[in-house]
Amino acid sequence: MTKQAANWSPYDNNGGSCVAIAGIDYCVIAADTRMSTGYSILTREYSKICKLADQSLMASSGFQADVKALQKFLAAKHLIYQHQHNKQMSCPAMAQLLSNTLYYKRFFPYYSFNVLGGLDTEGKGCVYTYDAVGSYERVGYGCQGSGSTLIMPFLDNQLKSPSPLLLPAQDAVTPLSEVEAVDLVKTCFASATERDIYTGDKLEIVILNADGIRREYMELRKD
Amino acid sequence: MSKAAVVELPPSGGFSFDLCRRNDMLSKKGHKSPSYFKTGTTIVGLIFQDGVILGADTRATAGPIVCDKNCEKIHYMAPNIYCCGAGTAADTESVTDMVSSQLQLHRYHTSRESRVVTALTLLKSHLFKYQGHVQAALVLGGVDATGPHLHTIYPHGSTDTLPFATMGSGSLAAMAVFESKYREGLTKDEGINLVCEAIRSGIFNDLGSGSNVDVCVITKGHKEYLRNHQLPNPRTYVSSKGYPFPKKTEVLLTKITPLKEQVEVIEGGDAMEE
Repeated sequence: MTKQAANWSPYDNNGGSCVAIAGIDYCVIAADTRMSTGYSILTREYSKICKLADQSLMASSGFQADVKALQKFLAAKHLIYQHQHNKQMSCPAMAQLLSNTLYYKRFFPYYSFNVLGGLDTEGKGCVYTYDAVGSYERVGYGCQGSGSTLIMPFLDNQLKSPSPLLLPAQDAVTPLSEVEAVDLVKTCFASATERDIYTGDKLEIVILNADGIRREYMELRKD
Repeated sequence: MSKAAVVELPPSGGFSFDLCRRNDMLSKKGHKSPSYFKTGTTIVGLIFQDGVILGADTRATAGPIVCDKNCEKIHYMAPNIYCCGAGTAADTESVTDMVSSQLQLHRYHTSRESRVVTALTLLKSHLFKYQGHVQAALVLGGVDATGPHLHTIYPHGSTDTLPFATMGSGSLAAMAVFESKYREGLTKDEGINLVCEAIRSGIFNDLGSGSNVDVCVITKGHKEYLRNHQLPNPRTYVSSKGYPFPKKTEVLLTKITPLKEQVEVIEGGDAMEE
């Protein structure tokens, strides 16, 4: 008796792209605001970026219902941490928590492709990139989502990420100014929107630095 | 005595279905078959007081990626007949080219202007013969001696004759506009505006359609092909500083291993045998 393939899937893909770039003393996290299903648009104004702690922001693409559930879970864990330790979670700590949370559901994963951005304990920018089941790595820049295959090669070219094959190991932080990083992100999304049908509408950029959090918006193609 | 060999005749044209069983087995095992370029698409047509107006978007997709931002979906069939195509790009392109040639030969044979029903019959017979494997969904329109005509043709070969029609993944978005605003006896400008509105509805609400609006107006003895009649999607951001790309691949590491030392050279050995 041949195994029957399931004719119902618990997952859906709501599309979209996310990018994060770490700087010397800042971190830029950006995501488009389009939520789609199949060939239709559900909404043009959905934020994929969530503030998990004062120094950590998470941008997630994939199945937004799972993303919402994940954000809720992390917020609850963070609240308990604050009660127990009388301080906010640092970005590296949040990174580990996210990885553990994702792996906990290894056999029924959160269909969520995340990029975590923030400032580490020394105030330097940090970006962590994840897969759906929690494998993570600290990097200088990362991107996930439907446009990631279009954006990543461009970021590699511009930010000259040291290859992990090259020794000695180089610092995982990019030597760009904050203004240049924001300009780069805008170009990435304007280009990804041209060629990816799931990316578009509006771009939300969040800049995190020693002075706090700042938000910027930019219009993208709506077709 | 040699066995009589079975002579394999070369295929005389048409589709070869030899690999169907293999492909079926592979897809059951989870192997993804290669995708074709589809024209996601919104195509429309309507009849107005003096003739026919056809409209189309200009985006061609290969899965979730846009492979052509400004392709032409309104194909020439005859001086008085044009055809919009949705579905697999190769199929729409070749089936319209083929029927266009057949119409030209027919015009030479009959010394008369081509009729829309002729193109319709040629297209539907071809598509039916291929039982839907030629994935072309068409909106055919033109003005001939018997008046203005508008038809839709489905991949399996069925046709409809309509006063207004839409096809493609954006057809519902476009039809919503037509059903609200269409009426008989539209003027040329009203017709063009309505067609553009319907195509724009497809462009903005359907992810498979996008970029620009193409329009074609056909009246008795005259046609206007308005390529890129509207461009509602300009690029939103161009960096002022520009991006200089290095002209060649960057060298990260150079390591030379001379091979001569690995090979033993024996002087004066025997020459190679023939």
